[in-house]
Amino acid sequence: MIVYIIQRVMRMIPLLFLLSLVAFLIIQLPPGDYLTEHINALRASGRDVDEAEVERLMKQYALDRPMHVQYLTWIQNILLKGSFGQSFQWGRPVNEVIGDKMALTFLLAIFTTIFVWAISVPIGIYVSVRQYTFTDYLFTMIGFIGLAVPGFLLAMVVMYFSFAWFGLKVGGLFSPAFELEPWSIAKFQNMLTRIWVPVLILGIGGTAHIIRIMRATMLDELRKQYVTVARSKGLSEFAVLMNYPVRIAINPLISSLGFLLPWIISGGTVVEIVLNLPTAAVVLYRSLLSQDMFLAGSFILLVGTLALVGSLLADIALAAVDPRIRFGSVEEM
Amino acid sequence: MASNENGAGKQEVLLEIRDLKTHFALDEGTVRAVDGVDLDVRRKQVVGVVGESGCGKSMTAMSVMRLVPPPGQIVEGEIRFHRQFDDRADAKDIVDLAQFESNDRQLRDIRGNQISMVFQEPMTALSPVRTVGKQITEAILLHQDVNKTEARDIAIETLARVKMPNPEQRFDDYPFQLSGGMRQRAVIAMALACRPQLLIADEPTTALDVTTEAQILDLMRELQAESDMAILYITHNLGVVAEMAEEVVVMYLGKVVERCDVDSIFYNPKHPYTRGLLNSIPRLEDVLQDKREKLNAIEGMVPSPYQRLQGCAFHPRCPDFMPGVCDEAEPQLIQLEEGHAVRCHLYT
Repeated sequence: MIVYIIQRVMRMIPLLFLLSLVAFLIIQLPPGDYLTEHINALRASGRDVDEAEVERLMKQYALDRPMHVQYLTWIQNILLKGSFGQSFQWGRPVNEVIGDKMALTFLLAIFTTIFVWAISVPIGIYVSVRQYTFTDYLFTMIGFIGLAVPGFLLAMVVMYFSFAWFGLKVGGLFSPAFELEPWSIAKFQNMLTRIWVPVLILGIGGTAHIIRIMRATMLDELRKQYVTVARSKGLSEFAVLMNYPVRIAINPLISSLGFLLPWIISGGTVVEIVLNLPTAAVVLYRSLLSQDMFLAGSFILLVGTLALVGSLLADIALAAVDPRIRFGSVEEM
Repeated sequence: MASNENGAGKQEVLLEIRDLKTHFALDEGTVRAVDGVDLDVRRKQVVGVVGESGCGKSMTAMSVMRLVPPPGQIVEGEIRFHRQFDDRADAKDIVDLAQFESNDRQLRDIRGNQISMVFQEPMTALSPVRTVGKQITEAILLHQDVNKTEARDIAIETLARVKMPNPEQRFDDYPFQLSGGMRQRAVIAMALACRPQLLIADEPTTALDVTTEAQILDLMRELQAESDMAILYITHNLGVVAEMAEEVVVMYLGKVVERCDVDSIFYNPKHPYTRGLLNSIPRLEDVLQDKREKLNAIEGMVPSPYQRLQGCAFHPRCPDFMPGVCDEAEPQLIQLEEGHAVRCHLYT
């Protein structure tokens, strides 16, 4: 098991390097950079530009040097100083801008996953043992409707009705009173009263997917002989299901856990913009629009890293529940 | 039935199957997998059930276990199990297994406890993600009043009984770490852990190589001899029947066509189908003396399961087919002599 984990970690290093390269290239692809744009804008409006300040920033990020030097400077700052650079747009270090948003996004991702799993895994199991019955078709239909309705539309509908019927403004994660407050238990509680809206909206799109995966893998497993053998021991149907086919059918879901964060960030952007959430996706979107290169680059790098770490954790979790992976002898069964 | 059966050590009846019909209602039609089977198993007796693939022998076993996969259903008949309790040797309880819902508590109490089953494919009979020990102790904890440590001891002792090498280490192994023969031993241990009165073995050696098959057969005979267990042994292999069974039931298309003791089946077969089966076994001496070059097969094919033949189900393939008789009326099971019954118009 330890050998397995070390192997997986070692394999992550080249991937991380590639990731940082790609993240850097992406933010370099559009012509120009934020600083030049900024200076131009200032000059156009006839204001004076502090040449010394520009010079200092140019130097600090090696913006006047060739690309590979810029990359090295950027990565050096991250690795050695833990500094992701300056967000030009916010006028603050990237670290400050990202920290909060990342935490909130993470929280949103975790709540959404718990919601999606709590709903779709039991339904997936249930419909697999009731294949081709009315309930099966019913849940399939509901699931596909959830999958087909765009999240932002659902978000707007929820916002409209909650305002029209209950007079509630559901946008944002906090009440205005808590918006700018530092973190406290009261703020957290306030968030809990509001976070269910994005969780619900983001989750509904995911349930159909998980239900289908669970149903399909369960149907595969239910046909296998070990299920009949388990029944022949006299176990109750519930015990048979939970201890045998479910134990194996859940594996593909566990291994998909790693892609949770990228999924929330890339799939939920529009919903989060509509709901006015202070999450990472929204910030990433804005930073890309305004060529805030260090902010955007660091976001891409961080999200990518988290996806890698996530899949590492998912693989370790999978190895923990599936001895075939632990002992490195996956055979067809 | 048991009363007019011959044999020295006459034992009381353990399982009586009467007119069992298990049908599968499919879109293409009804498949009568088991179509009126009568079968008795007495205590400590080994009964062999033989027939081609699709003759209903496995479904008969699954019906007794009440594990017929949907849409299969027992539509008629009784499966009377004479249940005995360890602590009250005299008390007996006759239950009709066919009456329960397949998830009934009382039924689950018998299943895996007094009646257990060994399946065909040892490779897939165990869950790959749970240890062998866990899968064995599960049944023990369910049916016996023991704690986990005691259950572990019983499981290891049972593994030792089935001659599993290093039972204590194997206990914590996963199925994929065992060889095919070892897995089948584990599966047998699982079935024997609660000391069942009836063991149903559905081709337990078909998937194994010949050497392992011989070892497992020896083992099963030994285990049967040392305990009070009866075995319903299902196989398509007449050689295995000769080795294992005292009494043989031959099935064709969901029906019992002949029933007799093991000697009569080989030396005095009555039904043309039984004769055909025996005739299709290649004999070494014939091959050596160049007496015959080809294998003898029974003419024709097993008819489509959706088709219902008039008269005897075997008549299109029967060498002794009597037009106007066999394709008209369905033959009944006729008692020829003590303990020898046959379903054929030749003997009416």
